[in-house]
Amino acid sequence: MNIHEYQGKEVLKQYGVNVPKGQVAFTVEEAVEAAVALGSPVVVVKAQIHAGGRGKAGGVKVAKSLDEVRTYASEILGKVLVTHQTGPEGKEVKRLLIEQGCDIKKEYYVGVVVDRATGRVVMMASEEGGTEIEEVAAATPEKIFKEIIDPAVGLQPYQARRLAYAISIPNELVNKTVQFMTALYTAFVDKDCSIAEINPLVVTGDGDVMALDAKLNFDSNAIFRHKEIAALRDLEEEDEKEIEASKFDLSYIALDGNIGCMVNGAGLAMATMDIIKYYGGDPANFLDVGGGATAEKVTEAFKIILSDAKVKGIFVNIFGGIMKCDVIASGIVEAAKQVELDRPLVVRLEGTNVELGKSILTDSGLAIVSADSMADGAKKIVALVS
Amino acid sequence: MSILVDKNTKVITQGITGKTALFHAKGALDYGTQMVGGTSPGKGGTTVGISLENGNTVSLPVFNTVREAKDATGATASVIYVPPAFAADSILEAVEAELELVICITEGIPVLDMVKVKRYMEGKNTVLIGPNCPGVITPGECKIGIMPGYIHLPGHVGVVSRSGTLTYEAVHQLTTRGIGQSSAVGIGGDPVKGSEFIDILRRFNEDENTHAVIMIGEIGGTAEEEAAEWIQQNMKKPVVGFIGGVTAPPGKRMGHAGAIISGGKGTAKEKIAKLEECGIRVAPTPSEMGSTLVTVLEEQGILNLCTTH
Repeated sequence: MNIHEYQGKEVLKQYGVNVPKGQVAFTVEEAVEAAVALGSPVVVVKAQIHAGGRGKAGGVKVAKSLDEVRTYASEILGKVLVTHQTGPEGKEVKRLLIEQGCDIKKEYYVGVVVDRATGRVVMMASEEGGTEIEEVAAATPEKIFKEIIDPAVGLQPYQARRLAYAISIPNELVNKTVQFMTALYTAFVDKDCSIAEINPLVVTGDGDVMALDAKLNFDSNAIFRHKEIAALRDLEEEDEKEIEASKFDLSYIALDGNIGCMVNGAGLAMATMDIIKYYGGDPANFLDVGGGATAEKVTEAFKIILSDAKVKGIFVNIFGGIMKCDVIASGIVEAAKQVELDRPLVVRLEGTNVELGKSILTDSGLAIVSADSMADGAKKIVALVS
Repeated sequence: MSILVDKNTKVITQGITGKTALFHAKGALDYGTQMVGGTSPGKGGTTVGISLENGNTVSLPVFNTVREAKDATGATASVIYVPPAFAADSILEAVEAELELVICITEGIPVLDMVKVKRYMEGKNTVLIGPNCPGVITPGECKIGIMPGYIHLPGHVGVVSRSGTLTYEAVHQLTTRGIGQSSAVGIGGDPVKGSEFIDILRRFNEDENTHAVIMIGEIGGTAEEEAAEWIQQNMKKPVVGFIGGVTAPPGKRMGHAGAIISGGKGTAKEKIAKLEECGIRVAPTPSEMGSTLVTVLEEQGILNLCTTH
């Protein structure tokens, strides 16, 4: 789960991570009031959307007077920002962070992630702050330093010191940096983060070590034990269909194509998208109905797929194991009737009671095309929508 | 022979009084697995009755702790179906009780819980499969998990996969071609898990009954790449691969917690290129996992050896 920068900074502050003073604003008036309250000669007006690359897209402005705050706030609020992470349609800015400006001497990078290869939390740091860390990793991997953290004892001061020295933090600020990193690690573990990225971490003219930006992602499997984090979810930043799907415990991801997919199992769902593409089609979504697909779930899945105007046809690919094919088939027939299916539907069923399932589909009188294999089904749906 | 489980494996179910656990305990018993009991804190001393398809009823003893269950039943393996919030604790309890094998089916365990579990398991002898996996089956002998048993056929091809339904798909494609399986292992779709591809490949390599292996991977992480290198250097048997997620967009979690392309790493294209570079034939579509294996077996002259007559 993603949250906004200002929320991330609030969370980090609770753990003693040093962040600039700031306040969220939903209107231009609130932005000006926030700037007045900060009382700082320079304030930064920052667009709050769940995507990186805001600066380049014109979503971050430095204001030197209240008039400038007003000008920038009205300019950015309501603006659609297109960054490399938003997709071509961009994202509308509905919130601003009004933040105290600071005298940046140098920018660094600090990130915390779970490393799959070691099964441990890893802290990474680089002297190349402010730029995309992926670019640094690709071009100059030797400039990224890593410390693998033992969960039994947590991040040790010597590890943080080693990172601080490796990225050439000025000697007199190493202790502050160690405190910063320790607090960041504690926040990461305590709140079940999946990513905590400070880019840039800055050293200021008056000798502070600060998080100028903060990107926190949370492990959605652990949200159940963090009600305070769940409350930070901003539904406006998410895809409507994905929200609807999550209510029914369906795993759905919107894509750009025109063939709707309904599959049981995440791996099979991904493979179904692949095979559609292989035969020249374009999937409109990833949708895993899960192992215990009921008629109700199948109906909801159909509704969500059909609410996408781009969808010209649907491919249902079910490997019925524990879930029997006749039950699935009845669910499909029921759902197709309820939603008044108006687009081609190809169904591939395999597994327990497959013959019974197929005859239920045939006898339904609905225009359902039956397929004998994944490949057969993919070819059929591609032909039907083109 | 087989890997991990066989007809002598005695299994307990942790959290056996739960609905899902009972359902699958019955499925395992119907298949012929030696299910010998279970745990459910607070219900120690009671029994659960399970009515089988063949009309018999089996009564399984319930214990408060895994240690008690192990001591009383001689179980060497456990299977876990408890809810995600309690699953890590269940794994730790099984490891502490020194079971040889723990299979965790539970989906949705917080990743930092698994980080702790992996740390705790260092230097211990217990093998963990999963979490978020379908389980392990040795066809005709022992089924532990949620896979449909009847699609399997005893034989000589090992299957190892990060995805449940894709494992079934592969097994089905093999069985319909008369090619049986030695064992099929779902290692699970989570980023931090008990066993990786290499752990299972090593066992298949050493198993005299396994003559070839299908490895099914997906986007996210670099486990497939590491496995490919290991195969090139160590594997004495042919391996056929499949990688799901060629069309997956970066930054989106494709159902499995582990199936995500992040920071430009872990794409299917990279993985397929690496597998091929290491001499592993990769099925171009999920429909061709079985046929690709058949082609390779023919080329190696072991198709007949791998066909169940």
